[in-house]
Amino acid sequence: MENKKQSRRILLFATALLMTGSGLFAQDEDLLKLVGGDEKPKKERIKYAFKSPRVINGHSIEFLNPGTMDFRILHRFGQLDKGYENFFGLDQASMRMGFDFGILHNLMAGIGRSTYKKELDGFIKYAPMRQSTGPWSSPVTVAFVAGMTLDGLPWADPDRKNFYTSRLGYYFQAIIGRKFSEGFTLQLSPTMVHRNLVPLATEPNNVYALGVGGRLKVSKRMAITWDYSHVVIGMPDSGYYHPLSVGLDIETGGHVFQLHFSNSTGMNERAFITETTNQWGKGEIRFGFNLSRVFQIRKTKAATH
Amino acid sequence: MKKMILFLMVPVLFAGPLCAQKFFTKTGTIGFDATTSSSPEKIEGKNRSATCVMDTKNGAIQFAVLMKGFAFERALMEEHFNENYVESHKFPKAEFKGKVKDAEQIDFSKDGTHTVKVKGDLTMHGQTKEVETTGKLVIQGGKVNANASFNVKLSDFDISIPGLVSDKVSKSAIITVACTMEPLKN
Repeated sequence: MENKKQSRRILLFATALLMTGSGLFAQDEDLLKLVGGDEKPKKERIKYAFKSPRVINGHSIEFLNPGTMDFRILHRFGQLDKGYENFFGLDQASMRMGFDFGILHNLMAGIGRSTYKKELDGFIKYAPMRQSTGPWSSPVTVAFVAGMTLDGLPWADPDRKNFYTSRLGYYFQAIIGRKFSEGFTLQLSPTMVHRNLVPLATEPNNVYALGVGGRLKVSKRMAITWDYSHVVIGMPDSGYYHPLSVGLDIETGGHVFQLHFSNSTGMNERAFITETTNQWGKGEIRFGFNLSRVFQIRKTKAATH
Repeated sequence: MKKMILFLMVPVLFAGPLCAQKFFTKTGTIGFDATTSSSPEKIEGKNRSATCVMDTKNGAIQFAVLMKGFAFERALMEEHFNENYVESHKFPKAEFKGKVKDAEQIDFSKDGTHTVKVKGDLTMHGQTKEVETTGKLVIQGGKVNANASFNVKLSDFDISIPGLVSDKVSKSAIITVACTMEPLKN
């Protein structure tokens, strides 16, 4: 008897189940829900923290896409406070031409040459950790840069014994940055610059600086950027200042223009960290721009197969 | 009594797989082409992980695709597609929810090719717009191939093309759909 009751209950339950089932089919149901749900959350890299792999002068946490080349033309004009006589500095320009290559999503390298000191520079940049979401994600991007500079000027004193290595300088940098939101990115970059030869015995060979760079997007294609390096150890007593640049990034589709004002002329780490001789406070500011054009030199993997 | 329950349960359990009502895929291909005739380069992207589900009983069909999943030949295009046009951080998905007309007249258990009318709502970049097109359903070996293409006006989806790139990027895009759907067991 007890057994029969139980069976009936099961039967009732089964019918009820059937009815709700058919009821569901009659409705305009969300079909996608039937196949969703079992999707595993995927690790996804946070991209586009900056429009360019450089904030203004310094390296950013952004990388070039693999298979692309960034052709960069940088200009730094004369001082604004020189007035109309020099057309607010535009009469003179210092430039750097550079080629950067994206090798892997987290590895890139580049070379460039500046008119300032006829200096050649090269770097390699690698990120062991990139900001991402999902399992095993990292809240920040950590990148390392190692670079080298080669002074191309004739020897200051050709009569003394000069060594080729005296032309060399090195810089090592760690960049820790985070894209906090779609519009705001901030990064810190402790940097060490080593110069094999310094102009004065009183100047140290090693200079340590802390960079602070960031971006604030003002529209889909425009952003305000800033790039500051505070020389912590190795700042000479007088004549040198901390480089600060403030600019506007404009992305036009094919190019990224980085227009800015800065107190530095140098366009590589050795030059702008250790040889900035102008002061914002005195109005010794220069206008400058970086023009970046990215070329796809190898088709993306995703699109080819 | 127990036998009777079992007997009752049998058709319930097997009803689904016997004559599959729903078909699905998670690896459908959706193409996006906004190349103008004067453009020197192709402005086209492909997504190979579109989800599509179709209910053959009433012809209901639904697509969902992650905007970030569109791959372009040039990385910069992909960046601009995501950052400037579809704003995939704000609107990560595009969805289509519609109906295949007269689906009840198609025998999905038999191989064959059927030309069908599809109508429904396409949601992209936060905007929903009704679209209508003619597609093809090819039934083969228990699988359903769905193919269709249609044109969308980008301004309908609140996507504006700046004058600077209008010689390359068209104001309308051709969306192509190609899915091979398998029976959904539920």
